[in-house]
Amino acid sequence: MSERTIDIAPTSEPSAAVKQLERHLSATPRTLWGDAWRRFLRHKLALIGAVTLILFIAAVGLGPRIYKVSPEALDFNALLSPPSAAHPFGTDDLGRDLLARSMYGGRISLSVGFAAMVIAVGLGTLVGSVAGFFGGKTDQLLMRVVDLFLALPVLPLLLLTVYLFRVPVVKAFGPELGIFLIVVTMIGVLAWMTTARIVRATFLSLKEKEFVEAARCLGVNRSSIMFGHILPNAMSPIIVAATLEVGAAIITESTLSFLGVGFPPDTPTWGRMVTDGINYLQTAPWIALIPGALIFLTVLSINFMGDGLRDALDPRSRL
Amino acid sequence: MSQYILRRCLLAIPTLLLISFVLFAILALAPGDPMSQFAFNPSVTPAVRENMKRALGLDQPWPVRYVKWLTAAAQGNLGYSFAAKIPVQTLITQRLPQTLWVVGSAFLLAVLLAIPIGVISAVKQYSIFDQVGTFFSFIGFSVPSFFTGLLLMLVFAVSLGWFPIVYSSTLKVNSWGTFWQQARQMVLPVTVLLVQQTAALTRFTRSAMLDNLPLDYVRTARSKGLADRTVVVRHVLSNSLIPVVTLIALGIPAIFGGAIVTENLFRVNGIGALLITSINNSDTPVVMAITFIFAILTVVFNLVADIFYGVLDPRVRYS
Repeated sequence: MSERTIDIAPTSEPSAAVKQLERHLSATPRTLWGDAWRRFLRHKLALIGAVTLILFIAAVGLGPRIYKVSPEALDFNALLSPPSAAHPFGTDDLGRDLLARSMYGGRISLSVGFAAMVIAVGLGTLVGSVAGFFGGKTDQLLMRVVDLFLALPVLPLLLLTVYLFRVPVVKAFGPELGIFLIVVTMIGVLAWMTTARIVRATFLSLKEKEFVEAARCLGVNRSSIMFGHILPNAMSPIIVAATLEVGAAIITESTLSFLGVGFPPDTPTWGRMVTDGINYLQTAPWIALIPGALIFLTVLSINFMGDGLRDALDPRSRL
Repeated sequence: MSQYILRRCLLAIPTLLLISFVLFAILALAPGDPMSQFAFNPSVTPAVRENMKRALGLDQPWPVRYVKWLTAAAQGNLGYSFAAKIPVQTLITQRLPQTLWVVGSAFLLAVLLAIPIGVISAVKQYSIFDQVGTFFSFIGFSVPSFFTGLLLMLVFAVSLGWFPIVYSSTLKVNSWGTFWQQARQMVLPVTVLLVQQTAALTRFTRSAMLDNLPLDYVRTARSKGLADRTVVVRHVLSNSLIPVVTLIALGIPAIFGGAIVTENLFRVNGIGALLITSINNSDTPVVMAITFIFAILTVVFNLVADIFYGVLDPRVRYS
């Protein structure tokens, strides 16, 4: 993308001078987001990551409409068949098509990732802004809570809560939605601390600045100072943290499913599909390897994207 | 210094108490009756069940039970396993050493590997070494530990046969031969954790080094004629390690999470594997004890990191 430069060579021709002026007026100003976008496009790996992620989202979102094979259909003529034209990802021990199952499982993995991220970032933003804005006792107390959460053993605690609360929640919301709600809530509740720290740091450094004082003098109420005036300044690090959180949540969910304490056994999630494939590692390795590779590629793309966003949104690296 | 260590240790105690309280509350408030396993047993009448409940102290309010559990736990009594019919502490003392060996050696190797890689990457920023290192570290923390484990298993145990697939827990180390066997069977589980840890640590070290390298004190050190090596190792590295130590501490819960996965994958009979079995058996005392032990380990490692922090950065000792 070439920047339109303004020619400032002196000229004696009046018509040329007018042209120069017009060119000046039409030169588009550079904005923060425009700059960020330009820098992001320059980061090759981040771009590849973003494209891969969009492709994956499209594949799990629209795939089942195009590839009309039921993830539950049993094909006893093709048990444990390797990837072929009929079954692009092969079949499992019951002859179920793994491409269809992967698409269905991807929906769960990706939606868990995004939903858990929303909870974690929302909670972190709230705690961080309250702690940073009010300071003093509130801040000390909330930061102790952050420290406590950072010391919690995440995986054992997740295993424990999913296991304990599974029965009543499943009764109330149905097997898939119920587990989805517990898993997403718990992952979110155990992952908000990074965002809280970032947001708090921004609030601490900005709350005494002149623009906040100006807003206060104009009679702007507290919550709009917090969320309308100060918070937008923390947007870049929040976006980066949010991106990385999606990847981390996908790994956590697949680990839970892998350990057998997640979605019900007949729900194909990527983690569960890997577990199911372990018994066939020697005879039919693709059963475990394909969903495992899908998790890996999704998270890798997200992490590359996060890295690109970090560079792109950092005003210090303004190019 | 000793005052600083003492203060840190005293701060760890309320954290542990709070964590144990939270864990106990989750277990106690979770819906579900611990006596439900007898619900369909005709020889256990409701009256008998009530008596059993009373005998086990389950009829008391849960804060009372928490205080009782805590006083017993402080004396080393963690209760009685429902499934194994032996005291929980016996069960755990059998299992804990395996976990600590695997986690400990992975952690130590990760630090020994990651710090030099991070330093070289930062000193030779954008070199081939740096780019390859960065790429691999992205792969390292994007790949779920169960997938690394699976790949290693497939390549090195199934195809090449270099290492055993399943960890033999009955192996007693009493000669060089058995020591060699023990070392061989530890390679794969340790490598899985190593990949995850090294990746994250390399990134942290690199970025901390990059933050310090352009600073004035580095230029001063160079201009007074110190050897390049001395400047990098004595001046830049020792300052860069300060944030790295904090980040290492924050990553500790993740290592134990990873240990749960590797133990289940390679059948290492550590406490992570015990946790999953106990969850599946509804063995509440064991679940509570193990989750609490994970919390203790996390807090203890955090404490060690804090103390290192004090050693590295004299400023924090006096604040």
